[in-house]
Amino acid sequence: MPSSRDVVFVDGVRTPFGKSGPKGLYAETRADDLVIRVIRELIRRNPNLPPERVDEVAIAATTQIGDQGLTIGRSAAVLAGLPKSVPGYAIDRMCAGAMTAVTSVAGGIAFGAYDVAIAGGVEHMGRHPMGEGVDPNPRFVAEQIVDGSALVMGMTAENLHDRYPTITKDRADAFALASQEKVAKAYADGRIQPDLVPVAVRSAEKGWGLATADEAPRPGTTLEGLGTLKTPFRPHGRITAGNASGINDGATGCIVAAADVARELGLAPKMRLVSYAFAGVDPEVMGVGPIPSTERALRLAGLSIDDIGLFEINEAFAVQVLAFLEHFGIADDDTRVNPYGGAIAFGHPLASSGVRLMTQLAREFGERPEVRYGITTMCVGMGMGGTVIWENLAWEGAK
Amino acid sequence: MSDIKELFADEVVTKAIVRDVELPYGAGTMALITLDNGFDHTKPSTFGPGGLTSLNEAVDAVAGRTDLAAVGVVGKPFIFAVGADLKGAALVSEREQALAIGKLGHDVFRRLGELPVPSFAFVNGAAMGGGLEVALHCTYRTISSGVPAVALPECFLGLVPGWGGTQLLPRLIGPESALKLIIENPLAQNRMIKGRDAFKLGIADAMFEGADFLEESLRWAAQVLRGEVTVSRTDHTAADWSKTVADARFLLDMKLRGANPAPYRALELVELARTASRDEGFDAEDQALADLLMGDELRAGLYSFDLVQRRAKRPAGAPDKSLARKVTKVGVVGAGLMASQMALLFARRLEVPVVLTDLDQARLDKGVAYVHAEVDKLLGKGRVSGDQANRLKALVTGSLTKDAFADADFVIEAVFEDMKVKQKVFAEVEAVVSETCVLATNTSSLSLTEMGSELKHPERLVGFHFFNPVAVMPLLEIIRGHATDDATLATAFAVGRSLKKSSVLVKDAPAFVVNRLLTRFMGEVITAVDEGTPLEVADHALDGLGLPMTPFALLQLVGPAVGLHVSETLHAAFPDRFGVSQNMAELVAAGKPGVYAPDFSLDPEAVAIFSGGTSPSTAEQVRERTLRALEQEIRIMLEEGVVAAAQDIDLCMILGAGWPFHLGGITPYLDRAGIARPRFLEPGVASVPA
Repeated sequence: MPSSRDVVFVDGVRTPFGKSGPKGLYAETRADDLVIRVIRELIRRNPNLPPERVDEVAIAATTQIGDQGLTIGRSAAVLAGLPKSVPGYAIDRMCAGAMTAVTSVAGGIAFGAYDVAIAGGVEHMGRHPMGEGVDPNPRFVAEQIVDGSALVMGMTAENLHDRYPTITKDRADAFALASQEKVAKAYADGRIQPDLVPVAVRSAEKGWGLATADEAPRPGTTLEGLGTLKTPFRPHGRITAGNASGINDGATGCIVAAADVARELGLAPKMRLVSYAFAGVDPEVMGVGPIPSTERALRLAGLSIDDIGLFEINEAFAVQVLAFLEHFGIADDDTRVNPYGGAIAFGHPLASSGVRLMTQLAREFGERPEVRYGITTMCVGMGMGGTVIWENLAWEGAK
Repeated sequence: MSDIKELFADEVVTKAIVRDVELPYGAGTMALITLDNGFDHTKPSTFGPGGLTSLNEAVDAVAGRTDLAAVGVVGKPFIFAVGADLKGAALVSEREQALAIGKLGHDVFRRLGELPVPSFAFVNGAAMGGGLEVALHCTYRTISSGVPAVALPECFLGLVPGWGGTQLLPRLIGPESALKLIIENPLAQNRMIKGRDAFKLGIADAMFEGADFLEESLRWAAQVLRGEVTVSRTDHTAADWSKTVADARFLLDMKLRGANPAPYRALELVELARTASRDEGFDAEDQALADLLMGDELRAGLYSFDLVQRRAKRPAGAPDKSLARKVTKVGVVGAGLMASQMALLFARRLEVPVVLTDLDQARLDKGVAYVHAEVDKLLGKGRVSGDQANRLKALVTGSLTKDAFADADFVIEAVFEDMKVKQKVFAEVEAVVSETCVLATNTSSLSLTEMGSELKHPERLVGFHFFNPVAVMPLLEIIRGHATDDATLATAFAVGRSLKKSSVLVKDAPAFVVNRLLTRFMGEVITAVDEGTPLEVADHALDGLGLPMTPFALLQLVGPAVGLHVSETLHAAFPDRFGVSQNMAELVAAGKPGVYAPDFSLDPEAVAIFSGGTSPSTAEQVRERTLRALEQEIRIMLEEGVVAAAQDIDLCMILGAGWPFHLGGITPYLDRAGIARPRFLEPGVASVPA
């Protein structure tokens, strides 16, 4: 077995993200069906990849019960019609589930255990509300192992504002507005649609329809409007529905392969994995997680923050992106950051989001050959951060 | 129309729900109509006046729009639509109503093919009858490779696919394939085809897998609209259809001899489709539908369908299911062909160990080898996997002694049809089995009560009468003796259900139902021959009924020796009504397989044996005396309480003798032919309401 080989990101797709709830796009659609759609589209879009060459299917979900249970990586692979010889598993690191699916199979590829893998994530927060079925150990609170606010993500975001007093609600709202505007522009420019998988959605009342675009973005958002929203996590607080991601349903997936195998099969990879890292922080300020994970990933890669030309940061909350930017001395409106907008507008179906970041980075790389390195990073519940550094295979310097 | 809506007061209305869909590649907006009756797939969507009106309103809503690129039709999950609501059809009492149903269907469906934009049917699930016709009216069709059933089953019931099916399908796929779907399959136990076959026949223009059928169908539709995919069609009207039609008519005559008008009408309509305009063709369908809806053959068909669909699943007189005992091992006494067939069936359906016993090791080996060979055949056809084949073979074993039955829960005998032999067998079995083990006999004519008279526990003896071939024939006559208790009977019904048989409870009476009626029926025909009626006259006297075979062909299938034996048993029980033909005894003595030679010509030696009668009857006289004999025998059986009702007689004759739907088994035919006085069934049951 080779001890290490280059790992590449070949292609990524996702379903349009829906708003959770009885009126949402996917109110009557199963979570596993979203994953199946993604897997089939990946296979269809990459005809050079014989399905039997897929060595693993790693699918993340935070709540692994019901239609997100039954070892969803395996059951979705079978239902998607992949050969039964293709194995699969389920994986969980809450919001960084899909990201961890990618890094896990990438580790396996680098070690030589796999040649090609599918990695992705799903969260149908309508069918599986955050925290469904959890049973926190009473010692967490009794022994003050974590603060009582640690399990309520909105509260951790308020805590983060406390830690960074310079990040005001106004700055957060401005960032949120920019996210909405960038998403609207990206849609208008046709940057998002190519990587969406249309999903047939059925409603007993409305009949069959077709989901072709994200449901959550609010193109007409204004600062004034954002200013009027309630702060449900604290009286006179800073976190609102407008400067946070929503409650969403969706699935993502991507093909990850050994660079040599991608060449052999004639696949067209878009990014090379440079390094990745996960790091832990105090759970009550989980939003700072990307800072130590990024520092570690940069160190492993032998790069500095200045080498990074594009950032895809998951916008669980505006404050958490701003904390990251402040730490690294990057301006709030730096054009390298989330150029197509982020989760505040697209939505954040927990375990699926990591691969959305990668899919967008891959497309941005294609348009920006002058950029060599990019980062995908996100904060994770229970106080973690995850970062993956990628090299642009379309980088002009290589030619 | 309000008139016909009243007939369908209980209609589960299939709603046509319109929703706009943005097609990929900027191909524009499609108004997608979902057909959904609000229930899950266990209650498929059908069309009555309410459903047709809803679809009409949906088409109204899209027809006026100028912003649409296309219109689509799709079903609820797993079901496209399965045709007309037949419950109301049984209540139609006037021709005007019948005509209105046909016209309404046409008026609504044809609009799908006459819109200013192309229409697409996305056949996502079962599509039968009117459901398939909806799809045929559309400009294009896609089908899921996972669709389990595509069919035009109208002729099976006594109708024609009269909402456009006979006109559109032959033009789409050619008359030969169309006739297969419209006539051949319905008359072959209502065979259905799968999505893949439908695609191969050209019924659909494209096929996609079930996992993302609608998404891929919409993508394909977008490509068609953008001109990136072109659909090629053959103009079948340019060809000469006369030979195809003549061949089909020849086969129909062979099978039905003019009985049952529906397939003949369907054939005429298909023939018409080559030249008729849409208006002419649809009008001819309306007329055919009205005629057939006002005919008793269709009513008998609907009655029969209800019997096999409903009554067969809830057998009259069966005890509560909860009384049934678990069967984890089965014993079969005997290792002959019948016993081996039963062993295979028990092993396949119950998936429990089955032990055959016989006194002769060679016979035992042969019996087990037969089962293993049959399993290998199943494996060869891909009906079972290698592992399943190993499992089934391991389940069936042989034993020279009956000790092997010690832990069996159900032991059935298939030994020689002789009371003393069977009594001896059961005494031996009872010596080794548990007190609750059910003892079943496959006797076709012996008294169950007498058979159990020497048992310590006669309450556990039950009759379990299969029909040959065991694996194929769907009927099981379950016989209750005087002593049989409810737990035993419930177990017998539960086993019957597991074997996927339709069980009918029958009282312990000579030859039970099917053999008694067939013997009486053949007895009359044979007597007529004995009296001097030419064999060919007598054998074809009942052709007008459209039975699956003539009386002497049936005799040939059963074997004259078996036929003679049953007639002797019945003669002993009812000497007034069941004779024993001396000529039959001679035929058996001569070792003849029947009256026909292998080439189906009459065997001159057999003709000689049956000659000598001096008072011949006409065909009509033979027909009448035979029907009267059936009527009398059924009347007596109902008086004796052999079965609960005339419906059970009909169910037995449909499932056990293959008597056709258009006769309703037999009692609806005896009613409508004026033979039964008084009628067996109320007017309006299996007949047009007055």
